[in-house]
Amino acid sequence: MITVEQLSKHFGKIKAVNGISFEVKEHENLVLLGTSGCGKTTTLKMLNRLIEPTSGKILIDGKNILEQQPELLRRGIGYVLQNNGLFPHYTVAENIAIVPQLLKWDSKRIEKRIDELIEKLHLSTDQLKVYPNELSGGQQQRVGLARALVADPPVLLMDEPFGALDNVTRSKIHAEFKALDELKRKTIIMVTHDVQEAFELGDRICLMDQGKIVQNGTPAELLFNPKNHFVKDFLREQRLQLEFRAIKAPQPPEGGAFELHGAIIAADVSLWWLLGQLKFTKAESISVLDHQNKKVGTLGFDDLMSEFYKYKSSHTHE
Amino acid sequence: MNEHQQTLWEFMRQQSDKLFTQTLQHIGLTFISLFIAVLIGLPLGIWIARKKQFSGPILGIAGVLQTIPSIALLGFMIPLLGIGAKPAIVALLLYALLPIIRNTYTGITGVDAAVKEAALAMGMSKWQILFKVELPLAMPVILAGIRTATVINVGVATLASYIAAGGLGEFIFGGISLNNTNMILAGAIPAALLAIIFDFLLSRVQKLNFKKIKTAAATLPLLLILMASFYFIPSAYGGKLTAGFTPEFMGRQDGNLGLQSKYGLKIHIIVISDAVMYKAAYENQLDVISGYSTDGRLKAYSLVVLDDDKRIFPPYYAAPIVREDALRKFPELEKTLNLLSGMITDSIMTELNYRTDYLHQSPERVAEDFLRSKGLLKSSRNGNGGIVRIGSKIFGEQYILASMYSMLIKGNTDYQVSTKTGLGGTKICFDALTNDQIDFYPEYTGTGLLAILQPNVKTIDSLSTDKNKTYHYVRKEFEAKYNIKWLKPIGFNNAYALMMREKQAEDLKIKTISDLKRYLESK
Repeated sequence: MITVEQLSKHFGKIKAVNGISFEVKEHENLVLLGTSGCGKTTTLKMLNRLIEPTSGKILIDGKNILEQQPELLRRGIGYVLQNNGLFPHYTVAENIAIVPQLLKWDSKRIEKRIDELIEKLHLSTDQLKVYPNELSGGQQQRVGLARALVADPPVLLMDEPFGALDNVTRSKIHAEFKALDELKRKTIIMVTHDVQEAFELGDRICLMDQGKIVQNGTPAELLFNPKNHFVKDFLREQRLQLEFRAIKAPQPPEGGAFELHGAIIAADVSLWWLLGQLKFTKAESISVLDHQNKKVGTLGFDDLMSEFYKYKSSHTHE
Repeated sequence: MNEHQQTLWEFMRQQSDKLFTQTLQHIGLTFISLFIAVLIGLPLGIWIARKKQFSGPILGIAGVLQTIPSIALLGFMIPLLGIGAKPAIVALLLYALLPIIRNTYTGITGVDAAVKEAALAMGMSKWQILFKVELPLAMPVILAGIRTATVINVGVATLASYIAAGGLGEFIFGGISLNNTNMILAGAIPAALLAIIFDFLLSRVQKLNFKKIKTAAATLPLLLILMASFYFIPSAYGGKLTAGFTPEFMGRQDGNLGLQSKYGLKIHIIVISDAVMYKAAYENQLDVISGYSTDGRLKAYSLVVLDDDKRIFPPYYAAPIVREDALRKFPELEKTLNLLSGMITDSIMTELNYRTDYLHQSPERVAEDFLRSKGLLKSSRNGNGGIVRIGSKIFGEQYILASMYSMLIKGNTDYQVSTKTGLGGTKICFDALTNDQIDFYPEYTGTGLLAILQPNVKTIDSLSTDKNKTYHYVRKEFEAKYNIKWLKPIGFNNAYALMMREKQAEDLKIKTISDLKRYLESK
């Protein structure tokens, strides 16, 4: 879907991005992770040409984006900023309608699409008429997301999208983010410096340092197969938590799911998340369902913990 | 002062027509120039917000323009644009530029970078970002700039009357020269009110929220144009001949009022400052002007004085007037000042004025040369007696006289001298004298009679044709009323006079004011 080849950006003598290459598959969520100044944001902004590369190639769907007109390219790529970048002089509805209006949709179509998104993002229709400064930080970020999604672009770029939110709001939005079906159809590239966030949201993580990619892999690969000391050190402090997050729950039979207090939970959740659910709901165990939603077993706290140690010992031997 | 004290209200009612016209002209002038300033300043501000390397020079130039004194700026305009509305509008527009450019620049560069980035990332073009994001968000700051410019313009527009562009300045400066407080206030109060009202209205616009500001931004240009249209450009040219009279001349019994009542002269008049009047006559912008008979520019611009055959212009013999306590404090002062008495005739004074006004020699040099030629120049004694303070009004002749007196005092006494030249018109000078800010200044008998004492018409009629009678009357009255002494006259008579270009007067066979009247009434 997206191919980046030998991409570089130099600001004078500083090599902000230094000949990196990576690929993002369709519907994949790639996280660019690193400390500030590592070149992750510069890389992201080159993908919609907010920054023009010094050298290298970027292909989206096989087409070289440097040969396209920047305005038209950008209208087909969703963009979410850390400080949401909402227009303070536009109402929420007007903010969401910016791209459709640039694309000259008729007003009925815009209205319908906004209503649809508002519902998915848990905003109320009353909020459409207010100005962004009347909303809370979490609501503003949802509007920012709606604005990026409204024209249903296949690619979404997110620059520290949840960086300005407090911890409670952030984990709430993380959960929503993962549940949003619209996002499952997108190819997402997200920049963050928050290791936890990267592990929670990323299918794959590109750990960057000094303009180069240090390691590109799944969260589990980074944790249990670090390429060098830099990767290891980078993850050390939050290692235990990350391990829980990186390890998937013991898988139910093909097409099955979990169930807790009558609520169905998707199969690809992390071990960490299931442990959290157990703790919050004070339940004894979680039911495992097969593809016909028939209960085929249960998982208790001890089962989950032993799954964790099993996975860990098998991987550290590699 | 007046025997019948006219109240301000009476004056304003009596002059309501003029007041109304002047107010409209004032609003018009303010907004025409403001409108053009916005047309120029807004794009310029946007441009330097894009090309930051030009912001320094452009803001610098606009800043320098702002520091040029208003009158000087108006003066620069005359050779380029003549007199009337054009130079006034250009001058006002130059003053309005800085706040508009600066605030546009500040407003646009101050727009949140995240918002601009979002606009760009969503695929807006440069122009869309400008009109949909940057300008709306910068609007409150830009409006603040326009508000500042408006208030500046209302103030500076009073000076437009100096170059025949009308406005409330006509009353203000007329009133200052005529020592007529009511007239000053009749101009100053409406001008101040205009400034306050516009400032208030614009402050309200500034505080509107985003939704309303869209409508406001759309209506503002319309409103500007509407206000600007109040200014029906005063027809500077019209009728057979055009006269340019100073605001002072317009309001005086021995000026335009006398011309109307005694001669029945009806001529198309525009009001103009005497600083530019002579030049305008020379350049065929004006045909008849109200000048002073000893003015050096008479010679410089080949103008002739029309004979005042019905004697409406009283004699204006110049003499120093001194506060009596100053004479007591400086016992040698009177004797020294009288050294000049009878020394300067009309033609000598015209010659001296010509040298300063036209040859641009410094008043000090002209004064020194003259005193040397008369054997009156002595080197300064560098004494350290008290300090004698000399005042002068704001024109060349007074500067020359002040310089002469300064040299005479330094050479003949041990007093020190400080000169306060350029004290505006009669009112400012005379108030400075009575309030012990200066010790003496050269005054003219006619001015003392008509502008300061202002006796009733009968007294004026009985005095004004005879130079000695006038001198004795003002001498007696000043002593009684103000404790101010008229010393001996210097000799020349700098009376009001109507003048025309020599060539034109010859062609039209006009020698007297009555000739002029006959010519104007002929078909």
